[in-house]
Amino acid sequence: MPVLEIAAKFGTYAVMAMILIFALGVVTLRNLFHCALCLAAALIGTAALYVVLQAEYLAAIQILLYVGAVVTLIIFAIMLTEHLAEKTVRQNNSQSLLALLGLLGFVALLTGLILKTPWPVTQTALTAKVSVMGLGEALMGTYVFPFEVISIILIAALIGTVVIAKKDDPEEKP
Amino acid sequence: MIVLPLPHILIFSLFLFAIGLYGALVRRNIIGILISIELMLNAANINLIAFSKYTSLSPETGQIFALFVIAIAATAAAVGLAIVLALYRVRKTVQADEVNLLKW
Repeated sequence: MPVLEIAAKFGTYAVMAMILIFALGVVTLRNLFHCALCLAAALIGTAALYVVLQAEYLAAIQILLYVGAVVTLIIFAIMLTEHLAEKTVRQNNSQSLLALLGLLGFVALLTGLILKTPWPVTQTALTAKVSVMGLGEALMGTYVFPFEVISIILIAALIGTVVIAKKDDPEEKP
Repeated sequence: MIVLPLPHILIFSLFLFAIGLYGALVRRNIIGILISIELMLNAANINLIAFSKYTSLSPETGQIFALFVIAIAATAAAVGLAIVLALYRVRKTVQADEVNLLKW
């Protein structure tokens, strides 16, 4: 049994490393299309991490909504705007070094804080199982108000997106 | 079941957040900035789920709020990309520092 556990642990760390490598690809690659593909890979890795953390429903939602919908939307936008493989266009602004230094300080500070804080890890929480039924009951019971607010936001964003993205000129109808 | 120490997951998501923040600060392309913001929201989601797994009294709470974050991220991406398309139609650019009509 301990062999299996060690293998699972190694696998989880490998998934984390993969996510970080793909995230680095997202922010450093020149071609935006490659960035979007790296984002999809990082999001799939995150779904795997959700499975490790025993949130299987969230993993399914992550694949459906992020990888299925958001990445497709981003690729659409890239295809509609970007002139792919333009080598001469600069991709970064001139503040790369400053941002890097500031972020190194930020990461060092927060790493120290995370390692110092005594997190209240409880055995009851570790052994608790979250079922999809429990999630649905919480969504319809305790959290019904934010749920309704989300639905209003979704409909507003839907209408707003159509209004913003449609062509203004009535003469320009195809 | 396998149990990683909680600080390892937190540090991992901190790195993911920092990478996303670097992208959001440094990229010139507005779509690149939006992609980086998605990465940052993802890191926050990992934190929410890790906390709901390790420390929470009612284990559903973290997952429910992660669901809300995913829904908001989807709307943010849709509205943001619609704005980018409208901008591209008018100004023929998607670089954030070339959108300077209101600057002097």
